[in-house]
Amino acid sequence: MTDEKIGVYICHCGTNISDTVDVENVATWAGEDLEEKGVVVSRDYKFMCSSLGQELIEADIKEQGLTRVVVAACSPHLHEATFRTACDRAGLNPYLCEMVSVREQVSWVHTDKEIATAKSKALILGGVERVALHEPLEPLKVPINPTTMIVGAGISGIQSALEIADSGFPVVLVERDSSIGGHMAQFDKTFPTLDCSACILTPKMVQAGNHPNITLLSWSEVERVDGYVGNFTVTIRKKARYVNEDVCTGCGICIEKCPAKVIDTEFEAGLGYRKAIYRNFPQAVPKYPVIDVDNCIYFQREKCKACQIFCPTQPNSIEFDQEDEVIQVEVGNIVLATGFDLFDARRIPQYGYGRLANVFTSLEFERMCNASGPTTGKVFMRDGVTTPKSVGILHCVGSRDKHYNNYCSVICCMQSLKFAHVVKERTGAEVYNFYIDMRTAFKDYDEFYQRVLEEGVHFIRGRVAEVTDAARLPGEEGKLIIQAEDTFIGKQRRIPVDMVILSAAIEPRHDSNEVAHQFGISCSTNGFFTEKHPKLDPVATMTEGIYIAGCAQGPKDIPASITQGAAASARVLGKIQAGELALEPVRASVNQDICSGCRICNNQCPFNAILFHEDRMVSEINPALCQGCGTCVAACPSNAISGTQFSNEQLEAQLTGLLALNIDGSSVRVLEPVAAD
Amino acid sequence: MKYGYYPGCSLEKNASAYHDSAMAVAGPLGLEFNEVKDWNCCGATEYISIDLIPAYALVGRNLALAAQQNSNGDSNQLAAPCSACFLNLKKADQYMGDSPDLANTVNTALAAGGLNYQAGDVVVRHLLDIFVNDVGLDAIKEKVTKPLYNLRIAPYYGCLIVRPGSMGSFDDPEYPTSMDHMMSALGAEVVDFPLKAHCCGGHMTQISEDVALDLIQRLLKNAADYEADAIVTLCPMCQLNLDAYQDNVNKKYGTNYNIPILYFTQMIGLALGLKPEDLGFGKEFIDATPALSKIGAEVPPKAKKKRQSKEELPMPVMPQES
Repeated sequence: MTDEKIGVYICHCGTNISDTVDVENVATWAGEDLEEKGVVVSRDYKFMCSSLGQELIEADIKEQGLTRVVVAACSPHLHEATFRTACDRAGLNPYLCEMVSVREQVSWVHTDKEIATAKSKALILGGVERVALHEPLEPLKVPINPTTMIVGAGISGIQSALEIADSGFPVVLVERDSSIGGHMAQFDKTFPTLDCSACILTPKMVQAGNHPNITLLSWSEVERVDGYVGNFTVTIRKKARYVNEDVCTGCGICIEKCPAKVIDTEFEAGLGYRKAIYRNFPQAVPKYPVIDVDNCIYFQREKCKACQIFCPTQPNSIEFDQEDEVIQVEVGNIVLATGFDLFDARRIPQYGYGRLANVFTSLEFERMCNASGPTTGKVFMRDGVTTPKSVGILHCVGSRDKHYNNYCSVICCMQSLKFAHVVKERTGAEVYNFYIDMRTAFKDYDEFYQRVLEEGVHFIRGRVAEVTDAARLPGEEGKLIIQAEDTFIGKQRRIPVDMVILSAAIEPRHDSNEVAHQFGISCSTNGFFTEKHPKLDPVATMTEGIYIAGCAQGPKDIPASITQGAAASARVLGKIQAGELALEPVRASVNQDICSGCRICNNQCPFNAILFHEDRMVSEINPALCQGCGTCVAACPSNAISGTQFSNEQLEAQLTGLLALNIDGSSVRVLEPVAAD
Repeated sequence: MKYGYYPGCSLEKNASAYHDSAMAVAGPLGLEFNEVKDWNCCGATEYISIDLIPAYALVGRNLALAAQQNSNGDSNQLAAPCSACFLNLKKADQYMGDSPDLANTVNTALAAGGLNYQAGDVVVRHLLDIFVNDVGLDAIKEKVTKPLYNLRIAPYYGCLIVRPGSMGSFDDPEYPTSMDHMMSALGAEVVDFPLKAHCCGGHMTQISEDVALDLIQRLLKNAADYEADAIVTLCPMCQLNLDAYQDNVNKKYGTNYNIPILYFTQMIGLALGLKPEDLGFGKEFIDATPALSKIGAEVPPKAKKKRQSKEELPMPVMPQES
């Protein structure tokens, strides 16, 4: 017999739980059969989470002097905070409240009411046994460093940086490339308004580049992240530019004089050339060029130095002996806006990219349309002079395809419509769009589709089988033939065209898994960063203080990327304004008298929270980093680690409760008790 | 490297050149093929379309015999040179694994002959897969004494060996390249043959010759458009259709194709310096001699990729180039 006074509360959740679980029966049973376990009150209620439901618990705590509370309702992910706060209001330490999930773990996954009711009882008994051993806890408080680091300066990262900087807080904006702007800087027009991408992006780039609260680290990469929410220490490698940013005026004479011309596979998507000393585009921010060591004649053959010879600044801006610099910054929160990679269309060889000259990728075509691109905005075939008379645009290349990516890349339909319009407008060519489904959701998008339809673009619903130069029928000689099933007429069609554009999928960055590991977050199976909750919390991650925005989280268009960037900033600003952060006191700790120093736990911790004292040969857990997952507690061979809220005693008590019940007189058994030795 | 060997009916008759050349190059490349004793027909494409149970029992018997022969610990790898045999053997093995019912039925039939087969006992491999992935292109290249310089080859895979891709194929199911790389390794000039995985018509020549001739004509036309000296294949059916029906195509379409259709094993043999008569040359309808006379001793000058003009846009960089 325990001295505790436990209250048990069972929620109907409307009919979510009560349809499958006999909640009245459970409440009666808990009140009568669990009396000796210390249960003094047991109630069921339609919506436990409602104000009235919470008040019920509060009144019982006050009037009946409850010392422990068990709430059997939905998953603790949803309402644990609600019930803990209710207990707190009534003067009971919030950590003396335990939630039992009888919705996600019972009513939603069972159909047999008898079994579901019995299982609910078992889970509740486990909760009652466990809560009796809970200890009152106080939350940990940590200060929040007001500086925020944003990784990735595409449109999403820039937006995020500006929101925070405009609110008066410092931002460190880290960009891997030599200029900020991301993919949006490569585009020509943006759908559905067809306004010039550079015209709307460059003002934001300039703003970010000049903002007094933004420290811009371009041509830099994050190497290491230590610490925890509010107090991260980030190690950043500033790659050598070989150009002194303090003296360079960005005049561009070095670029002009450089004799080494190479195909630009990054910014120009392989369609154009750049020099070995280069900047991505005229409006690059920062304006300083960078030397591509692999193609620089001086770095490869130790002669040339044309850039240095012609550099007009005093002292000379070109510094061949510059080295990478590793710096450390202290930040409180981090936003990851690392963007996407374009699907490599060579992976679908039957579409001919790389084999057939006049097959282009979407990004190549964006560069071709761009006024500062390789053709100064003219739509030409690969020979650079001929205007195509017919163009085929293939949607879903690498998307919605179980061989490559199952997901929809979101932007391709609208992007392909934009291409169709641009081709029509600039060449008057016949345009054929091959699509699976036309996905033009969101504001003004479908209107744009209607407009392109009216412009006379042809639409063929069917996935393309192949693009070939093997002519068979009259009129096919010298053309690219697109073979596809037209699913509206149920026939195979062969359409000869001069030029093919592949709307390639948005893919996670090739190194997204390593980056996720570096920042202690996770990737979903398709490789995009995983958000805390797909609907309710799409900008936070399971790691406190790390937020995600833009295509790094999943394919999205420009408006959505900007929205998410701004949303991430709102979350960060909230944290900064609070000044300090209360952390869940659910933590593991090492009893250093017992710890043998075996270090097994060190590598198990997914949050890098365990440090090892070489001098004393013991491990210690940083309570601010620990997320209370319990991995180390289970891993420790000496039982030296215990967790608040998940000590061995508490878990054993919970298991004892879970396994204590069987359904008498029926063949169905909820759980077999483990045979004791 | 030891393998069980299931030649299939074609290799005893019309495709004997394939068999002879495969056996001739095996020794120099360190391969040992042990023919499955008392094997029977695989049922080709017909039986499987009529009644699945006897069709799989027919194939199952060959698998069981191969497994029995290999049970002494030799090798569980079974080489099949013919695309249809390869696909049937592989399908039967896979489906017997997927469906215990089918496996039971087949094994009930096999029990009458004192045989039994469990899926996975034998790993079915196509000959091309073995040459490319087990022997390896580098090893073959080392053994080349008479490179096939100046010979333009259109590699033709047909539709069966890499499909369906879901069965774990050794090459891309839509646009295979392993034989392309092999022919390059032998010194030949390889045509990027767009129809490399298209159908040759199969047994359509017997049912609807018009349909078959159209399909054959497409392949010949495309190879001729690309100025190929020879089409090299790995399937007896493809070889027969393109070789034996080339005359009929010429008559029907008023064309004048004269493209020899050869097996990849014959090409390996030539490059290894073996005698043409030991490689089954001379059995083809379209005489290969004029094409083979093109093979020169000199390394052809590498066609430099020059920019045609200042305006020309660069081509995408392909992985093998970078």
